[in-house]
Amino acid sequence: MPFIPHTEEEIREMLETIGVSSIDDLFDEIPESLRANTLEGVGPALSEMEITRLMQEKARQDSGGICFIGAGAYDHHVPAAVWQIATRGEFYTAYTPYQAEASQGTLQLLYEYQTMMAELMAMEVSNASLYDGASALAEAVLMAVRANRKSKSKRVLVPRSLHPAYRGTVHTIVRNQGIELVELPFDDTTGQTDLDALETHAGSDFAALVIPQPNFFGVLEPVDQLTDWAHRNGLLAIAVVNPLAMAVLQPPGEWGEKGVDIACGDGQPLGAPLSSGGPYFGFMTCRKQHVRQMPGRIIGRTVDLDGKPGFALTLQAREQHIRRSKATSNICTNQGLMVTAATIHMALLGADGLARVAGACHANLNALVGKLTALDEEIAPRFSGPVFHERVLRLPMEVPQVLRTLAAHNILGGHHLGGDYPELENCLLVCATETRTPDDLEKYAQNLQRVLATRRQGACATMARIDL
Amino acid sequence: MLIFEHSRPGRRAQAQAPADQAPLEGIPEAFRRRKRPRLPEVSELQAVRHYTRLSQKNFSIDTQFYPLGSCTMKYNPRACNSLAMLPGLVDRHPLAPESHSQGFLSAMYDLQEILKSVTGMAAVSLAPMAGAQGEFAGVAMIRAYHDARGDHERREILVPDAAHGTNPASAVMCGYQAREIPTLPSGDVDLEALEAALGPQTAGIMLTNPSTLGVFERHIDTIARMVHEAGGLLYYDGANLNAILGRVRPGDMGFDVIHVNLHKTFSTPHGGGGPGAGPVGVSERLAPYLPVPLVDYDGHDYRLLTERERPDTIGRLSAFGGNAGILLRAYIYARMLGAEGMKRVADFSTLNANYLMKRMVEAGFTAAYPERRATHEFIITLKPEAKALGVSAMDFAKRLLDYDMHAPTTYFPLLVPECFLIEPTETEAKEALDAFVEAMVKIREEAEQAPEKVKGAPWNLPVRRLDDVRAARQLDLKWQGENR
Repeated sequence: MPFIPHTEEEIREMLETIGVSSIDDLFDEIPESLRANTLEGVGPALSEMEITRLMQEKARQDSGGICFIGAGAYDHHVPAAVWQIATRGEFYTAYTPYQAEASQGTLQLLYEYQTMMAELMAMEVSNASLYDGASALAEAVLMAVRANRKSKSKRVLVPRSLHPAYRGTVHTIVRNQGIELVELPFDDTTGQTDLDALETHAGSDFAALVIPQPNFFGVLEPVDQLTDWAHRNGLLAIAVVNPLAMAVLQPPGEWGEKGVDIACGDGQPLGAPLSSGGPYFGFMTCRKQHVRQMPGRIIGRTVDLDGKPGFALTLQAREQHIRRSKATSNICTNQGLMVTAATIHMALLGADGLARVAGACHANLNALVGKLTALDEEIAPRFSGPVFHERVLRLPMEVPQVLRTLAAHNILGGHHLGGDYPELENCLLVCATETRTPDDLEKYAQNLQRVLATRRQGACATMARIDL
Repeated sequence: MLIFEHSRPGRRAQAQAPADQAPLEGIPEAFRRRKRPRLPEVSELQAVRHYTRLSQKNFSIDTQFYPLGSCTMKYNPRACNSLAMLPGLVDRHPLAPESHSQGFLSAMYDLQEILKSVTGMAAVSLAPMAGAQGEFAGVAMIRAYHDARGDHERREILVPDAAHGTNPASAVMCGYQAREIPTLPSGDVDLEALEAALGPQTAGIMLTNPSTLGVFERHIDTIARMVHEAGGLLYYDGANLNAILGRVRPGDMGFDVIHVNLHKTFSTPHGGGGPGAGPVGVSERLAPYLPVPLVDYDGHDYRLLTERERPDTIGRLSAFGGNAGILLRAYIYARMLGAEGMKRVADFSTLNANYLMKRMVEAGFTAAYPERRATHEFIITLKPEAKALGVSAMDFAKRLLDYDMHAPTTYFPLLVPECFLIEPTETEAKEALDAFVEAMVKIREEAEQAPEKVKGAPWNLPVRRLDDVRAARQLDLKWQGENR
């Protein structure tokens, strides 16, 4: 029996001790009518060898593409040590550190994580993680509505340049609590949040302003102006940022005159593999004055009976297992293992290493954009705002068709924006991280060149027909 | 020692990052960071040694018996991890085109089908990232259902007083009020109190069955009928599905919506507090509201369904499709168990719990529900020991750590004083259970003869009992460094 250690003799002894004659007897309190018969749809058991073959086949089916897609998940190098240590059984198979004395490893690591994340964001305190970036932003919105005592409104300003799936997730999670999300348009030229449109909201009561950096288009937002506008008008400022970019970009704690109130985002670029979208982890940092409104686990350093330093879960009176219906959030299980990986990742790379990775991403993107725009004058950046490692390109062809052709040649050419932004129908969001080689960029350019050539031939053929 | 204390200016793990710092050509000065964050500056060996040594300060399933009630700390097969990390799966981008996604999507489609089968529900979404998010999604679907019918007066979710704290918290996140229903001394829900609480304001009820008291709710048929007659829906909290996997299906009990904790029942890792995964299953009438994405199969190709194809969905719960890598591990586990193996999970987790309960009672400990069968877990109350010897359940728990066993869940459920909620799981051998009884007997002897040994425990761990009050009053949530 896979994973079950009982011998026939032990089963007999155990049943005898209990005083029943069969395992079936142990279910005698369950009404007969409720007993399940067969489980169609589950199938027979596979041995480890058989499941290995099956999964290798599935993995092979999805292999081979060179990835130029970003859009919230980024293909970075993860040092080998990160997952070798994170999957040690002592980290991998422990649970929430309720028994602090038997969990000092996890607890100290989380304390180190909170320190690193607070440093990276230049914020005062960090929690020990939420689910992912999108749901962390939803929690940040709920937190801001609770924390902003000056505002009576449950309205929050959210830029259209924020990741569409983040906007969707926030909407799903906050709408049942009567919170209204008001959309801010982006400037059609720069791709940044439209400051004139923002100004029309001056004087109205809002609880918070969400500020992405970089935004979904890869464009850097004027974060100082946005943060100061929020504070001038009595709003809390919520940053939602790429943590890797913060190694080289101004961190949220230093935006504007006072810095933001809450900074959150997705920790995926810090050691989590792409893995089809998860598990990643959401991070959240804030000013110390708001720490009691923050959701999720928080670890504190304290001392034991002998005065020796140690670590424990703290401020648990915010949480559902104590406060039940009055908790700051319903979150219980978080993304601990991903945080373990991220902590080791940050320790290995350090500030210098992260800055080098960020720099290499930026340089690779510029090189890619240079190569692709050189192919045809009709291929051009859509927005003029400065970017980090993603950029929107306008194509002279139907984007989904181009992407299909590229994929047939194992180039995963980017993310089509038309689906979420009808106004950007012919636009493609491309990304290049530090893992893309000059050869990769060349392959992309050559294949796109081929698509363009086919189109020109097609166009010539059409013109030829018209001439006739 | 903290990692920061190993740090020396200018030291680096050279192999991990690009050799040079590329210039930030396109980024204007005003956007750039001026001061580097103070992250550790350590060598690769220092980082590896530091975190390896930290790992050794943890209890875990791989190293200790871990009978943490309601958490299902069973063996996490290693194949599930190594196969989910295969190149091709671990490096698949969530927005990869369908041409490069059929392997992953086929596994997810099969997992949806497997979960439909074992839960008896009509449709499943894998989107929720943990049990609590599954609860949120489930209650949000209940609300969407009532709203679509114009039934806006239903403002209340009923929750038994024994429930996990996430239940009332999730109800509130969906804009409902949570109302508690008392439990009878037998461990069953108080049907009279339920009758009195039901009405036109009832949106639904959230139940865990078996309950957190470690017993099966015997009147589930009646409860389902009563709630449905009042116009409410039934939510099944799958926290304890391990007890009945393959034996009883929540759909057959009359539940309209359920979540499954894959990190419990389907043996994905607990990871020091996550990630989990909390897929939701629904009956036909709630299917339109399932959170997206869903995986569809037309006989040829697998594809994701999103808001576009599913206009009535409650929406998405994460940027992509949830904790995909965890879903893969659960899929691999399910395929290794097969239909027969599912039933064995219920059988042997129940056998182990009943055996351990019997042995504990024989050893003179007090079962909270002695006249009831244990399910996959059971409660003992240490109130008699606390009264006679002055040692609390907390003291017993801490002393167990000295005996190299993780403590059971303590002081939950709140209904039973000085309690241990004990869940041995099906993957533990008889000798581990016997050793637990022996340790408990020994601790009781110590409590009689040398109580300070128990009250001062643990003694053999990296730290002794920690000052929680100081942790909360003198908040120290990050390292301030030597020069600050």
